[in-house]
Amino acid sequence: MKTVYMDNAATTALNKDVLSAMLPYFTEIYGNPSSLHTPGQEAHKAVANARQQVGRALNAADPEREIIFTGCGTESDNMVLLGIAERYQKKGKHIITTAVEHHAVLYTCQRLEKKGFEVTYLPVDEYGRVTAKQVEEAIRPDTILVSVMFGNNEVGTIMPIAEIGRICREKGVFFHTDAVQAVGHVHIDVQAMNIDMLSLSAHKFHGPKGVGALYVRKGIVIPALLTGGAQEHNKRAGTENVPGVVGLGKAIEMACNSIDETSARMTKLRDKLIKRIPELIPEVKLNGHPTERLPGNVNFSIKYIEGESILLMLDLNGIAASSGSACTSGSLDPSHVLLAMGLPHEVAHGSLRLTLGDDTTEEDVDYVLDVLPRIVERLRNMSPLWNR
Amino acid sequence: MYTEKVMDHFAHPRNMGEIKDANGVGMVGNAKCGDIMQMFLKVNDDGIIEDVGFKTFGCGAAVATSSMATELIKGKSIDEALKLTNSAVVEALEGLPPAKLHCSVLAEEAVRAAIDNYYARKEGKAEDCNCVRCGHDHEEEHAENTEE
Repeated sequence: MKTVYMDNAATTALNKDVLSAMLPYFTEIYGNPSSLHTPGQEAHKAVANARQQVGRALNAADPEREIIFTGCGTESDNMVLLGIAERYQKKGKHIITTAVEHHAVLYTCQRLEKKGFEVTYLPVDEYGRVTAKQVEEAIRPDTILVSVMFGNNEVGTIMPIAEIGRICREKGVFFHTDAVQAVGHVHIDVQAMNIDMLSLSAHKFHGPKGVGALYVRKGIVIPALLTGGAQEHNKRAGTENVPGVVGLGKAIEMACNSIDETSARMTKLRDKLIKRIPELIPEVKLNGHPTERLPGNVNFSIKYIEGESILLMLDLNGIAASSGSACTSGSLDPSHVLLAMGLPHEVAHGSLRLTLGDDTTEEDVDYVLDVLPRIVERLRNMSPLWNR
Repeated sequence: MYTEKVMDHFAHPRNMGEIKDANGVGMVGNAKCGDIMQMFLKVNDDGIIEDVGFKTFGCGAAVATSSMATELIKGKSIDEALKLTNSAVVEALEGLPPAKLHCSVLAEEAVRAAIDNYYARKEGKAEDCNCVRCGHDHEEEHAENTEE
């Protein structure tokens, strides 16, 4: 049976060149970067090199001081929110974010609310976007942080980051963006976009799992989340995941050097799915913005059927996808993102997310277009809500 | 996450579809919760369920529990069918993940709703379908979820 992996927003395959770059750091150059001896210093050099690679990819002014390696995107988000709250609470206890953030941001905000911080969750439009004006109007004298994701993990909508960055800079409020889904897929320039802090994760752009990074503009003080060593300029104690960091550096360099070609190719495949699915299947709705969206993201609500059933049927046909239905969220409520965009519960339950990667082919897309309509028909025939 | 038996009933549901001349029809759940089950019964003069059918909007467990429930009551008397419990459905499916146990409750309720409708029709005081709304309290559950 043909297999098609269309869940690249969940994770991507490790690129083989990235793996080759990592391998020596498991068995040959295994020294601890904190050690003074030669093997340790070789490892140290590799970490420093990766820091430059990440800095170049984001156009950071001073990569050596501004890039912190972490264990994952979630850790980067936690570090920003908890750290800024701790360090700058004397200035104020107000934080602005959006209703459609990843739970790494939302749950951490809820945690801060329990500690006496006030959080504004900006509502989004039907496409899942906030405007810079909304941010501007929400900023108060006691606002210490604005955190708005770059591209949404579920519906792919890209936020007006440069405009929000400009407003925050004018108002003198720190601006963080969770760019986990965007890095390596769209151009990011932290200086031009006035981004103060940015979270990223290697395994979303064909790098390894278990390693992420945080960009923190020079001059901003974020206390360490983990203490116990001087690693990462005292910002993140713990022996560096050297092979992982090397892999992150190589993967971000590869992804960002070929961003124009890969995004053009993926956008073409994405738009084929976006055009053909409504032609082949009646009563579907595209979720997310039609053009301001990540190049690999396709998200449809398929009315009268439920998301988990679609996923199981697709899986029986060799296709790996994702859904925002309650049954895949572990609660009775469907995706908070789809609900925030104004979708009724029953339509949100029937969402299907297909996310493409560097390795997705036109043949893969055609296979999905062949299988999906038959699955939908079958499930609709089973549904008491479908009367055709 | 699902047993082979659940996947078998999901991929090859038994007794799926509407029965045109059903004399007992019940529907439970609601679309807001993400699962709706409709059960069709054809009961003969001896009170035996001659034929049974279902239609379900829901997850893999919802489809599998509906399918299994129809298998367990087909050819049985009304009295026997009324004794069907959700745990019997779960057992026959060789288990369900804890988060999916409510689907088996829904299957039991769907059978009851269809039987209620059969009796009500017999007494000449029922509509075509007995619809029971979902009993979930969303507000409460939402509060519980955010507590974590």
